[in-house]
Amino acid sequence: MSYRALAIILLGAAALTGCTEGVLDPKGPIASAERTILFNSLGIMLAIVIPTILATLGVAFWFRASNKRAVYRPDFVYSGRLELLVWSIPAMTVLLVGGVAWVGAHKLDPRRAIVSTVKPINIQAASLDWKWLFIYPERGIASVNHLTVPVGTPISFELTSSGVMNSFFIPQLGSQIYTMSGMATHLQLLADSVGTYPGLSSNFSGDGFADMRFDVDVVSPEQFEQWVTATRTTGPLLDAAAYADLAKPSQAVAPFTYSFVDPDLFSSILGPMMSMDGDDHSESQEKKP
Amino acid sequence: MNFLGKLSWNAIPFDQPIIMGTVAVMGLVIAGILAWITIKGYWLYLWREWLTSVDHKRIGVMYYILALIMMVRGFADAIMMRSHQAIAVGGAQGYLPPEHFDQIFSAHGVIMIFFVAMPLMIGLMNFVVPLQLGVRDVAFPTLNSVSLWLTASGVLLTNVSLVVGEFAKTGWWNYPPLSELQFSPGVGVDYYLWSVQISGIGTLLTGINFVATILKMRAPGMGLMQMPVFCWTSLATNLLIVAAFPILTATFAMLLLDRYLGFHFFTLDGQGNQMMYPNLFWIWGHPEVYILILPAFGVFSEVISTFSGKPLFGYRSMVGATMAICVLSFLVWLHHFFTMGAGADVNGFFGVMTMIIAVPTGVKVFNWLFTMYGGRVRFTPAVLWSIGFMVTFVIGGMTGVLMAVPPNDFQLHNSVFLVAHFHNVAIGGVVFGAMAGYNYWFPKAFGFTLDERWGKASFWCWFIGFYLAFMPLYALGLMGMTRRMQHTNDLSWEPWLLVAVVGAFVIGLGIVCQVVQLIVSIRWRKLYRDVTGDPWNGRTLEWSIPSPPPAWNFSVLPKVTTNDAFWSSKQQARANGDEPSVASEFEPIEAPTNSATGVIAAFFAVVAGFALIWHIWWMAGIGVLGAFVTMLFFAFRDEEEFEIPVERIVEFERAHPSQVSP
Repeated sequence: MSYRALAIILLGAAALTGCTEGVLDPKGPIASAERTILFNSLGIMLAIVIPTILATLGVAFWFRASNKRAVYRPDFVYSGRLELLVWSIPAMTVLLVGGVAWVGAHKLDPRRAIVSTVKPINIQAASLDWKWLFIYPERGIASVNHLTVPVGTPISFELTSSGVMNSFFIPQLGSQIYTMSGMATHLQLLADSVGTYPGLSSNFSGDGFADMRFDVDVVSPEQFEQWVTATRTTGPLLDAAAYADLAKPSQAVAPFTYSFVDPDLFSSILGPMMSMDGDDHSESQEKKP
Repeated sequence: MNFLGKLSWNAIPFDQPIIMGTVAVMGLVIAGILAWITIKGYWLYLWREWLTSVDHKRIGVMYYILALIMMVRGFADAIMMRSHQAIAVGGAQGYLPPEHFDQIFSAHGVIMIFFVAMPLMIGLMNFVVPLQLGVRDVAFPTLNSVSLWLTASGVLLTNVSLVVGEFAKTGWWNYPPLSELQFSPGVGVDYYLWSVQISGIGTLLTGINFVATILKMRAPGMGLMQMPVFCWTSLATNLLIVAAFPILTATFAMLLLDRYLGFHFFTLDGQGNQMMYPNLFWIWGHPEVYILILPAFGVFSEVISTFSGKPLFGYRSMVGATMAICVLSFLVWLHHFFTMGAGADVNGFFGVMTMIIAVPTGVKVFNWLFTMYGGRVRFTPAVLWSIGFMVTFVIGGMTGVLMAVPPNDFQLHNSVFLVAHFHNVAIGGVVFGAMAGYNYWFPKAFGFTLDERWGKASFWCWFIGFYLAFMPLYALGLMGMTRRMQHTNDLSWEPWLLVAVVGAFVIGLGIVCQVVQLIVSIRWRKLYRDVTGDPWNGRTLEWSIPSPPPAWNFSVLPKVTTNDAFWSSKQQARANGDEPSVASEFEPIEAPTNSATGVIAAFFAVVAGFALIWHIWWMAGIGVLGAFVTMLFFAFRDEEEFEIPVERIVEFERAHPSQVSP
């Protein structure tokens, strides 16, 4: 039994080090920057956390009642200097990590456009019960539970939901953002290497939630154009009627594409409540009557 | 209209072997206990001495029993989730279909927060606070009993949902639109809402009661700055309850109006605003985590100081840190939804505020450390729990601050990394605190100590089990695993999930050890008998009276001049060479009479809650009217106090000579 447990632990460790996905294996600038912030903030805190843990264990052990060499000082109950120290150590740590947080919150604001010479591609994403619909408005095509994007190109996502809340997340590309009905959220991502990465919903949305995942194929711009052309020639059309059909609850939907999308479809999913464009106000994403 | 509303035989899931099996076992156990009580003829005793008791000590014990029973229920849910996830990998579907799995994680969250952690902490405060303050009861004893029984009503309704109908399938946050009628037409969400509404009233009453008690009813001479730190943390917790729980009640009331009367607070249509729910929910929800952890901080302060044989280091700092946490806890709630698209300034502000809370918390850790420094630390189970807490909580706090950095949260929000974080602070903080307090104050409540070997075994199982169960979740979260997944596809996650399930079973072993500890201690209670009332060489007033204390707690109210009042009176007595003395002059004591108000009102609350859940309107009317009339009867009571004669006090004091009269 112990051998088996050991084997499992070793296997697990191997899985982490050879980790093929997840936030520790970034495939884009946003995810890379976020991993750097993760490591920086972790490092700052470990510098104080590890000594604290060791000191706790050390002090408790040394001052055990049976240790005759430890000096009993029942009057050691206050020290102005130590008080200053115990307030300033965590305060300094928080000052550092707080700086990381403030700067990071601005630099990695999900709406912030990614600086690039390449023209961004727009993608409209909607979470339905229980699948993802991705619309490429400039190309007039759409796909379900599958996302194909060109490498090195900023992707500008506009997201909403047909009903319940979900959260759109591709761990290896970076930030997630909620999808909510009647309003649009915005997310800017970029993939800088070719490959296939898992995407998912990270906010529980009901019975079919576990299957709300999709693969993201990051391909070269040429391949992307080929894919667009191929998609335009096959598959059904996505108009209001087809959407109504698609929006019905279904689980574990196999990926497929639409050769044509009604250009007004996304705004009709958004409904009469139009979102404001993503400027820097927190209220901007609230519903406006 | 149907006479029984939506209720019919279909509500009972006869086709679910897991549920029906559980119900059968539970039914047998309950029937067995009831039969035993009947055969032994304990009903009258139970009714007079416990169910209608308004004694804060008995109420505290009953809260603890309630919490420990529910902990087993919540833990059973945990084992099912962990084992299910460990096998539902790579195309396998496990043994729980989504509609069942979803109920289990929702019930686990609701039960552990509202019906385990809350009653554990409220139970401790009930038992300890009046004793530490040197008073004879809380400010409103009957109200206290009402609080307990309303909490029990919520517990009962939640458990009824196992048999009749279903529980919420929405997660314990119960976010709309998923929790609105449109997406959750069943009774599950209603069970959740009404259970928590009813028990929430009880919690609010507790908050009012304890704020009044602590501010207005201290022993003569005990200023605020002479209060034991546990009383300070209790004060902070109850202030938070009074400020935060009405928000939860109002939020749930709005959702109930949506569901029952077609309102549009959070609906998709009619200009409802779904984002307002998470906003309001977490304005309660974040103070709630401090409501739970602050009393635990108080327990550790008492335990570490007592078993180090030293006063608490930096008492003023500790008080300041406690009150700072109390205020700051209301300024951080937005970190629960950084990923909903708020602007960078808002996210940045709340991220920094969240971290600032770590400062007073860090101060506390250092002060505990310096309390042990220069002490004589006795490694009793209570101390093991405390040191285990210090190590574990520091790690949990660190991962919390990590996620307070918005870009980190963008990646870790809703992942099992988050699940690991809050179990890290909830188990490492609240549960460890409750267990430290249980081992520490048990002899005060029952007059004999708990077996130390089993206590230590329990600690090590919990401690190791916790790390085995939750460290893998940190790793899985970084690998992109989201919480609440009924099945997963990634085979490389399986080893981690298997380790986690092993950890859960080790924690289970810890629970078994606790049960054995209790049984062994009761069995050999003569051996563990504590006749002094002060088994740990205690510092605060509760140790100055016999164990278990008399109904009136203090035969003569203590006069307090310093911190650690009992300790300093022991020191003085030693210095003066005083003999333990029996105070000679007693006065008759006014004590509150027992009251069935709580039990009866709670009975009607259950009737009303159940009827509202199933839309049985006539029955809901009976329930509400019944509860109202019960309160009316209480309001027009003729007798509320009786006098305990001097003879009875003298008799008790002769039988229990105290060491030293403070």
